[in-house]
Amino acid sequence: MTHTDNRFSATRRLILQGAGAVALVGLGNLPFGLAPAFAAANDKYPEEAFKAKSEADAIKALYGKTPEASDKVKMDAPEIAENGAVVPVSVTTTLPDVTSISFLVAENPVALVASYKIPAGTMPSVANRIKMAKTSNVIVVVEAGGKLYSATKEVKVTVGGCGG
Amino acid sequence: MASTIRVRATSSGETTEVQALIQHPMDSGFIKDAKGEIIPPHFIQQLTFEYDGKPVFTADWGGGVSKDPYVKFAFKGGKKGDDLKVSWTDNKGASDTTTAKIQ
Repeated sequence: MTHTDNRFSATRRLILQGAGAVALVGLGNLPFGLAPAFAAANDKYPEEAFKAKSEADAIKALYGKTPEASDKVKMDAPEIAENGAVVPVSVTTTLPDVTSISFLVAENPVALVASYKIPAGTMPSVANRIKMAKTSNVIVVVEAGGKLYSATKEVKVTVGGCGG
Repeated sequence: MASTIRVRATSSGETTEVQALIQHPMDSGFIKDAKGEIIPPHFIQQLTFEYDGKPVFTADWGGGVSKDPYVKFAFKGGKKGDDLKVSWTDNKGASDTTTAKIQ
């Protein structure tokens, strides 16, 4: 894997050193809210948002509103991804009262990749690795104080990670 | 069975940084195998981190998250030696849970 980012192999090694105890407990103790209108506001898996083909439809299904571009949302993604199967993308923001952060890839067969809930006390900063079918805009949506903010960056993909 | 979850939680005093790596195929349902047949979707849908009985981070994932997914975040608080509980469930109903000590 010559194309693997060095940072991540170092991380993997670090993580592999720390083995955790296994406890075969179910996920039955997740608190469920009073079913607010949109998926991002409760603990249910947003099934519909993960079926949407376009990023606009996914954001609508998830939040029920549209984001405005903000320079306070800082996305870190490569200019060129040699391997579309593993594209490291991270985001951080200085916006206060962040409640959720979502990652979308416009040209993927399903635009929504990941949506993270950020409870009070958790930093508004997430790093993950996503798949990209081809060169596309990557969109990060931050929900803060009930409003939506976004950042967009084009990532060029030389080998796709979603097509057949 | 060894856990599918590798997690490292490090306290810096004020905050705890968490990195997790999970073994999972994360098949999107859009890729064909060598015979040209579609590999059915098989991916983690929810991943939860709990500290002190409360969720500190919840991930909702689709098939667009890379194989053997990695995620990093940080939360305020968290003491060395305390437990951090990590659980996931996938679209086929499989799940795994582990508890890591904050370092």
